[in-house]
Amino acid sequence: MNLGTETVHAIVICFSAAFTGNILLTTFLGMCPFIAVSREVRTAAGLGAAVVFTMTCTCALNWAAYHRVLVPLGLEFFRFVLFIIIIAAFVQFVEMVIERLSMTLYQNLGVFLPLITVNCAILGASLFMVIRDYSFIETVGYGFGSGAGWMLAILAMAGIRKKLATDRIPEGLQGPAITMIIAGLMALAFIGFTGVLQGT
Amino acid sequence: MSATVISVLVVSGIGAALAALLVVAERFIANYGDCEITVNREKKLTVAGGRTLLESLSAEKIFIPSACGGRGTCAYCKLKVLDGGGPILPTELPLLDDEERASSVRISCQVKVRNDLAIEIPEELFAVREFRGVVERIRDLTPDMKELRIQLAEPDRIEFVPGQYIQLVAPAYEDNPEPVYRAYSMSNPSSDDGAVELIIRLVPGGICTTWVFTMLKQGDEVEFNGPYGDFRLSESDAEMIWIAGGSGMAPFWSIARHMVENDIRRKCTYFFGALTTKDLFLVDEFREIEKQLPDFRFIPALSNPDQGDAWTGERGLITEVTDKHIQAGTDAEAYLCGSGGMIEAACTVLDAKRIPEERRFYDSFT
Repeated sequence: MNLGTETVHAIVICFSAAFTGNILLTTFLGMCPFIAVSREVRTAAGLGAAVVFTMTCTCALNWAAYHRVLVPLGLEFFRFVLFIIIIAAFVQFVEMVIERLSMTLYQNLGVFLPLITVNCAILGASLFMVIRDYSFIETVGYGFGSGAGWMLAILAMAGIRKKLATDRIPEGLQGPAITMIIAGLMALAFIGFTGVLQGT
Repeated sequence: MSATVISVLVVSGIGAALAALLVVAERFIANYGDCEITVNREKKLTVAGGRTLLESLSAEKIFIPSACGGRGTCAYCKLKVLDGGGPILPTELPLLDDEERASSVRISCQVKVRNDLAIEIPEELFAVREFRGVVERIRDLTPDMKELRIQLAEPDRIEFVPGQYIQLVAPAYEDNPEPVYRAYSMSNPSSDDGAVELIIRLVPGGICTTWVFTMLKQGDEVEFNGPYGDFRLSESDAEMIWIAGGSGMAPFWSIARHMVENDIRRKCTYFFGALTTKDLFLVDEFREIEKQLPDFRFIPALSNPDQGDAWTGERGLITEVTDKHIQAGTDAEAYLCGSGGMIEAACTVLDAKRIPEERRFYDSFT
């Protein structure tokens, strides 16, 4: 595969990860922050942006660690441990740098970083990239797309919840319960994208 | 063999390299020097900057309640940051209402200490400490109730309001893999601030009570933290109705002695429920209180006296006895301490007597 077709393929993978294979709505990874932080659109946008950034970078880093270190040494089974360590260290490091460089950036993005170290969607994306045997460029596309898909889902949820705030909801369904139901309906809606992209 | 060695080396190597990177980064990038936190405008703490406010305070032994482990979801660790906290972060926004935002309430696990801060925390939390003490005395009150007196060692004084409780640490032992905390009210008056006395009833199979009843001896070292709780005498002069059963005696034994010491002569009727005469305790002591406080009445009641019991006092469930003695529409305040079931039953009586919720105070065992 030459670079041109690979790039096109990466873009297709990116779109597919954001829509048809939305990591949150098809695999339900990263549900915890999705439910906890989707009460305000502004907060959701910040968290979503942090997920896009972290997922893209950690997928790329983990790809390098996997294909350049673990595969040559025959230690593929170590990927779980290694990916977790890399994600945690990367997030910590970036948070420290952002905090030092720009308070504005920290307030809008950096403050969310500690919250997503424990986001299983981040680890999930790195593991999927191994299972699906993506090349480096495809991995970057996949990481970005998955992050964007997650952000899209949490933004939509925050918007819906904002509207729900003034609606009458039965007592037993308030809070996380109605959020889970809405997530299920959103997942059904996203099934509508299936078949839009061929060959992914 | 070699594969094992290589894999261990590679993973530890990568881990160590990343850890080293973080240590270096923390040393040079996240180094904010020493910062000063002014608590409640008086106490000054010097802490290393760069950590969250919650972590810095807990390192200084000021324990702010927190349930989610600093992830910004439980909203328990709220406190006021008067100065130096910077703007409210987006992670805090969903957890604060408009009034809190306006009065500089912040989520302390999200606020970082990067410069000098001035904060305000409730005095009660400020007083919460970890204590070490030595068992001075264990006394049998009834066959299944013991009074434990712990002489404080470090710190050697405790400041508390009668009615508050501490959390006693039951250490790990044979059937108990890890230390557990159990709450007990102080039964000594707050003037006796060099020790705490607890009334502990044996709960069959209970981790902490089994430890107290079978293992704990005079001279043993114990740990606890506290004081906690807002069960205490109200500021008013209203008449009081106290209702307690079993070890629910503890806070009232503290409050009653506090009333004697401070000559608080509020009208008070104390209903205390037990099964048989064997389960009654501190009766003589409360008769003594009655002599010292003219408006204090102690009414013990037995719900299940033995055939041979020469009991001339009240008989029946504590709720029935209370029902018989108090008048409907009274202005009295009700103070309740006991099991959830007892409190629920007593509330039915209080409802019938039209004592509103704002005049009821609870210390429920849950």
